[in-house]
Amino acid sequence: MFPPPGDGRAADRLLALLTGGAALLGALLLAVILATTLSGAVPALGSLSEALTRAHWAPLDGRFGMLAMIAASLAASLLALLLAAPLAVLLAVWLALYCPLRMQGALRALYELMAAIPSVVYGLWGLTLLVPLINRLAPPGANLLSAALVLALMILPYGVLLIDSRLRSVPLAQRQAGLACGLSTWGCFRAVHWPLARPGALAAMVLQFGRALGETMAVLMVAGNVVQLPDSLLAPVRTLTANIALEMGYAADLHRAALFLSGLLLLLLAMALMWRRPGGA
Amino acid sequence: MLLRIVWVLLASLLASACGRPVETLVVTGSSTIAPVFGEIAARFEAVHPVRIDVQSGGSGRGIQDARSGLAQIGLASRALTAAERGEGLVEHLLAWDGIVLIVHRDNPVQLLSRDQVRALFTGAARSWAEAGGGATPVVVVNKAEGRSTLALFLEEFGLDNADVRADIVAGENQQVILSVAGNRGAVGYVSIGAALAAERDGSAIRTLPLDGVSASMEAVAGGRWPLRRPLSLVTAGAPAGQAAALIDYALRDPAAQALLEKHYFVPAAR
Repeated sequence: MFPPPGDGRAADRLLALLTGGAALLGALLLAVILATTLSGAVPALGSLSEALTRAHWAPLDGRFGMLAMIAASLAASLLALLLAAPLAVLLAVWLALYCPLRMQGALRALYELMAAIPSVVYGLWGLTLLVPLINRLAPPGANLLSAALVLALMILPYGVLLIDSRLRSVPLAQRQAGLACGLSTWGCFRAVHWPLARPGALAAMVLQFGRALGETMAVLMVAGNVVQLPDSLLAPVRTLTANIALEMGYAADLHRAALFLSGLLLLLLAMALMWRRPGGA
Repeated sequence: MLLRIVWVLLASLLASACGRPVETLVVTGSSTIAPVFGEIAARFEAVHPVRIDVQSGGSGRGIQDARSGLAQIGLASRALTAAERGEGLVEHLLAWDGIVLIVHRDNPVQLLSRDQVRALFTGAARSWAEAGGGATPVVVVNKAEGRSTLALFLEEFGLDNADVRADIVAGENQQVILSVAGNRGAVGYVSIGAALAAERDGSAIRTLPLDGVSASMEAVAGGRWPLRRPLSLVTAGAPAGQAAALIDYALRDPAAQALLEKHYFVPAAR
């Protein structure tokens, strides 16, 4: 059954080689992506300061101001996080501590399913149901609010699942000790679960924010895509990702380079987010 | 044993790579035609010993490449000028691209004059009242910059994209259709084939007549529809060899015609 004693070391070496190789491959791929994006963006680097400080985007006239789209990307993602993160904490706490055991498995499967639904489906749902609804209150209905709502729905399951797994990883003995001390479920949560799960919750929020920032299809379908600074929840906006998706197929020369530059900005933003990711979950 | 299999595989790979050289056709031009032509070319490659390289880069480049010989076939989404014909360039009409204005099905407006269309898209008319459609606010659905439908629409109505006051900017035809279907005050424009297919499938949109002509594939094919442009294959002189066979295939084969219709173009052979 077991390998003879001499083989153990060879297997160890093989495993170390395989896992190390996989880690190296991952890092290498990221470097290649970064290099490709950077080299694509090089012709537009001259207009970097215009890109970061101006909001006027008219590629056919050679205007490449991205400020409005950067603001829209951040606004939509932050708003979505603001909606989704507290709800995710509540749902995860309920799921891990209060939910009847019989329902737990089914509910977890539901959130996993929610996380697995393709984003274009969320977009279609938003475009055919949410946008007409909001349109009745404030035309055109495709706006920052719609984008934030659809994004919030999309990132909710990531938060729930991550925080729930953190809460469940609290050792049973500690939980039992808390209960033995006469703590209520709530007291137990405050004294035992939350201190252990908090870093995981923060990591979940960073992941949610990154996911919202990078989302393209769903936002493209519900945000209205008009390039303007988001001065109102009900104003149509265009995010950086939506802009790349809208124009990449038709862009040439400097316009194409400007789109690469916007991709590079997104990549750097995501890397900055993940750099000191708390909890490391 | 394993090593022997690898060697056999490598040897056969080398043999196939060093087989008789395959002729390569270069096709460049209009980004409107390139996607559908890529699919047509893939079908053609499957049954002919030829490799076809389709590159998108605009009608201008397609015509230029055909003239200079860089490409055997250029893709042009406009008619050739008399000067270009004088240089010996030949166009082979592949299909027509027609554009139609669409509104929500419940919009009472049945007809828009060209001035009314301009007023709606420039924001001069903020409510449908001025076109006889009640007090519903107008929601303008425009196309993203670079799209050929946008260029044709702007040109036909004498507008500049900076003048258009868009509420929603969409990329694909389907996104425009869904946006208009979900919005009683919306007005947009799409490829005519896409609009007619959506109308047939029960989408809550309605196509508007233009200059008194109601929208149909026949009107586009017959030349009565004003908002249309030719999609052509351009060659320097009469095509020969595989290029001629490919053009013949694209213009006449039922599979190619079906692909054109799938992309909402009106095949010229109709």
